Amino acid sequence: MSADASGLTFLDRPNSYIGRSVPRPNARRLLEGRGVYVDDVPAARLGHVAFLRSPHAHARLLSVETAEAKGMPGVLAVVTGAELAAICTPWVGVLGHFKGLRSAPQHALAIDRVTWVGEPFCAVVARSRAEAEDALAAIAVEFDPLPAVVDMETALDPGTPPIHAELGDNLAFERSLDVGDVDAAFRDAALVVEETFQFGRHTGVCLEPRAILADWAAADGLLTVHHSFQAPHMMQDILCKHLALPEGAVRVICKDVGGSFGIKVHIYPDEMATCALALMLKRPVKFVADRLESFQSDIHARDHRVTARMAFSAEGDILALDMDDLTGIGPYSVYPRTSAVEANQVVNLTGGPYRHRHYRARARVVLQNKAPTCQYRAVGHPIATMVAEGLVDLGASRLGLDPLAMRERNVIPDDAYPCAGVSGIKLEKLSHQAALAKLKAMMGYDALRAEQASLRAQGIHRGIGLAAFIEITNPSAAFYGVGGARISSQDGCTIRLDPQGGVVAAISVTEQGQGTEGIIAQIVATAVGVPMEKVRVISGDTQATPYGGGTWASRGAGIGGEAAWQAGKALRANVVAVAGAILQADPASLDLRDGAVVDAESGTERMPLSELGRIVYFRSDTLPPGVQPEFVATRHYVPKDYPFAFTNGVQASYVEVDVQTGFVRLLKHWCVEDCGTVLNPLLVDEQIRGGIVQGIGGALFEHCLYDAEGQLLNGSMADYLVPMAGEMPDIEVAHVVSPTTSSEIGAKGAGEAGTAGAPAAVVNAINDALRPLDARVSRQPVTPEVVLEALGLV
Amino acid sequence: MAPEAPERERAVAFTLNGESVRCRAPVRTHLGDLLRDAFGLTGVHLGCEHGVCGACTVLVDGRAVRACLMLGVQADGTVVETVEGLTESGSIRDLQDAFHARNALQCGYCTPGMLVTAAELLAEGGVPERAAIRDAIAGNYCRCTGYHAIVDAIATTAEARHAAGRDAAE
Repeated sequence: MSADASGLTFLDRPNSYIGRSVPRPNARRLLEGRGVYVDDVPAARLGHVAFLRSPHAHARLLSVETAEAKGMPGVLAVVTGAELAAICTPWVGVLGHFKGLRSAPQHALAIDRVTWVGEPFCAVVARSRAEAEDALAAIAVEFDPLPAVVDMETALDPGTPPIHAELGDNLAFERSLDVGDVDAAFRDAALVVEETFQFGRHTGVCLEPRAILADWAAADGLLTVHHSFQAPHMMQDILCKHLALPEGAVRVICKDVGGSFGIKVHIYPDEMATCALALMLKRPVKFVADRLESFQSDIHARDHRVTARMAFSAEGDILALDMDDLTGIGPYSVYPRTSAVEANQVVNLTGGPYRHRHYRARARVVLQNKAPTCQYRAVGHPIATMVAEGLVDLGASRLGLDPLAMRERNVIPDDAYPCAGVSGIKLEKLSHQAALAKLKAMMGYDALRAEQASLRAQGIHRGIGLAAFIEITNPSAAFYGVGGARISSQDGCTIRLDPQGGVVAAISVTEQGQGTEGIIAQIVATAVGVPMEKVRVISGDTQATPYGGGTWASRGAGIGGEAAWQAGKALRANVVAVAGAILQADPASLDLRDGAVVDAESGTERMPLSELGRIVYFRSDTLPPGVQPEFVATRHYVPKDYPFAFTNGVQASYVEVDVQTGFVRLLKHWCVEDCGTVLNPLLVDEQIRGGIVQGIGGALFEHCLYDAEGQLLNGSMADYLVPMAGEMPDIEVAHVVSPTTSSEIGAKGAGEAGTAGAPAAVVNAINDALRPLDARVSRQPVTPEVVLEALGLV
Repeated sequence: MAPEAPERERAVAFTLNGESVRCRAPVRTHLGDLLRDAFGLTGVHLGCEHGVCGACTVLVDGRAVRACLMLGVQADGTVVETVEGLTESGSIRDLQDAFHARNALQCGYCTPGMLVTAAELLAEGGVPERAAIRDAIAGNYCRCTGYHAIVDAIATTAEARHAAGRDAAE
């Protein structure tokens, strides 16, 4: 965090908003019901689209008879896959840096074959959604059901038919890593523990379903797309490519987005079809997924089975880790990020907090006839964390060591950085030891252990679970760009000073409720030197902001924030230079603070910005000769020193297990994490809390259940359980601060830390509670049934 | 003789956010769609349309109701209040301020329903325990916050109303 020309770091500039718990300026309209989500955008001549989706996990489409539907009231068009393919080209979800990754061409609407329950293959556009759905019922379809590949465990068996014949088998991707001498380490170990962990499929359940409204204005040659989405420039690029439009012909607007979590950063067939239909029909067309469609067609995540073993010395040193991961990703690798990333992250991250030097991992990614899976909040992290933390607890238990002491003994020491993790990941500065110490004090660890022991004597089964983790944030082009994906890892900010001293900042990272616009306003106000209420932030519009990646992989604050900081400093320098010329003062002796040009040393006001703005914009005739004010500044930023800014943290969970019913009661949860500079504690803490509860959802409740034929059994919110307020604990959050030196603001990401560690903490707590009963759970979600099975009661 | 055509629309009249309104409502349209489509009240959010998520919660005759589980025609003769009306009347201003100050919302999609549910709880008076607040909002799904901040904001509002003597249930 370097000092600038004024001699001040951003934390001690006189009107710094950095590090302060400032409420989000854009939250007011949401509190008054004045948000504008896609379904709220008005459009004249609007057509509503509904999709006919496959009721089979795998079937040939023999015929789709649409004549009757076309005559139904309100119907504007009925379009099949073959008809749509004439204007929307197919895609294949592979990238060059995942060597060997294979998938098959995927169409916006399936043409000859459907490959999962919920895959769209025919569209009806009508004057209302209800009329479109009425017409769906009048379409006659003939299917020829094909064998469905449902169980990932048998997907690679020689007798299992390949979903895509041209691929030969159902293996989409495989990665192996072998570091050090794993076999020798296991051979010489005092203790080896082994476990098979299962991670159920779950999904994002954004409260606002996926939604898109595409409007083709032929006279302007402009396709305007209102999209509930995280990455508007990526969507623009992909629409151009597959609809054969030039860049300037597509504008993507992402205004208010009702939750995303990685769900809304992928290319979905129904959304591409909606845009193609707008072109075809030359009128606006809107698609809003209903809840069943969301469960059937939003990307799912996890669905891993990991068998892993860990070797220990007699003193409790972790010596080696050996693991095998199998994951099912549905029938296609999702475009354009691919569905290989989660398994790849599991290989990169497992055991990441620890200092063992022997590591072997294999990940196999297989195709199956279920909804496609792809990147969802904390991609791979909950799996990696559970595997390592579950084994560490098992080792501690067998060796009779305290689980917290076990972690203190094995984490990479805080003074060892920079260094590389065993998988080869480059770590700039982590703080596991400090985080463990802070957690221990915050949760009153020793007193809690005493309470647990005394309650155990009364037959009350409580458990304490810990989970140390690392998190990938601030990705550089190493994440996607190097593999050929046109996904920007750089972001930009343009800041303009208006005549009254108002500031408008256009930023290419996007807002889905994290508080992106809030922190950008804080940073811009601080960097330029104006009160925060003078700053307006524009985001989520390809026509109005610099080019950038949007918000995903915990990159908004660290990357977008640095671009805003640099742009703000540049604008301040421009403003001060002009003020110096007018005031006949050395610009180095001036500063901009709280909306006024001041003497840098004394702080005495020399000129309010409104006066400077009046002269510059309306009386430029009075400016000194040769002075051309530039009251707009743009800067871009991309991390260059490290491929990713890793962060770390540790979580703890305190639970009570009812050993008669198998119910788990969450009593309390703690998290200490280190995201570098904390720009706004109020926002960061709520990112952590929200992420924790999302992780708890996967650990205890959420599961996309399929039967043996590949039918989704629980496509409603009545059947698919999500965390509700009544079951959730209060959550204490604290921070260790290790800023990254690769940017001036030093911020790393915080969006996924909660989800990364919560499941392991909760499952370890359950196992801690069950330990005296000689029972263990290792299958998520840990439903009461899973607990009772572990206890041998069912 | 041709069968009688099914009734597709019906006239309804009710009080909406303090104003008398009337319209012809398609009989199959739920109250949430009617409020959004006929009256532009887009603060009524549709999350699941099967009565689980609580995003569409509005007050009907003073009681929190899921607008997706009630047909629009059933609103005939009732008094309906949405987040827009509660905002304009100022009756939940303190609650909204508390949500804002505590960052008890992120994406904002659950927020109108959450506020309406909390308003009903607060109208009962007193200062509810945290567990009682959690229980009261247990029918409103929020994916973003993890609920802790929402509980804090409701508790803060209840305490402030109680301290000011404004929590009487009458």
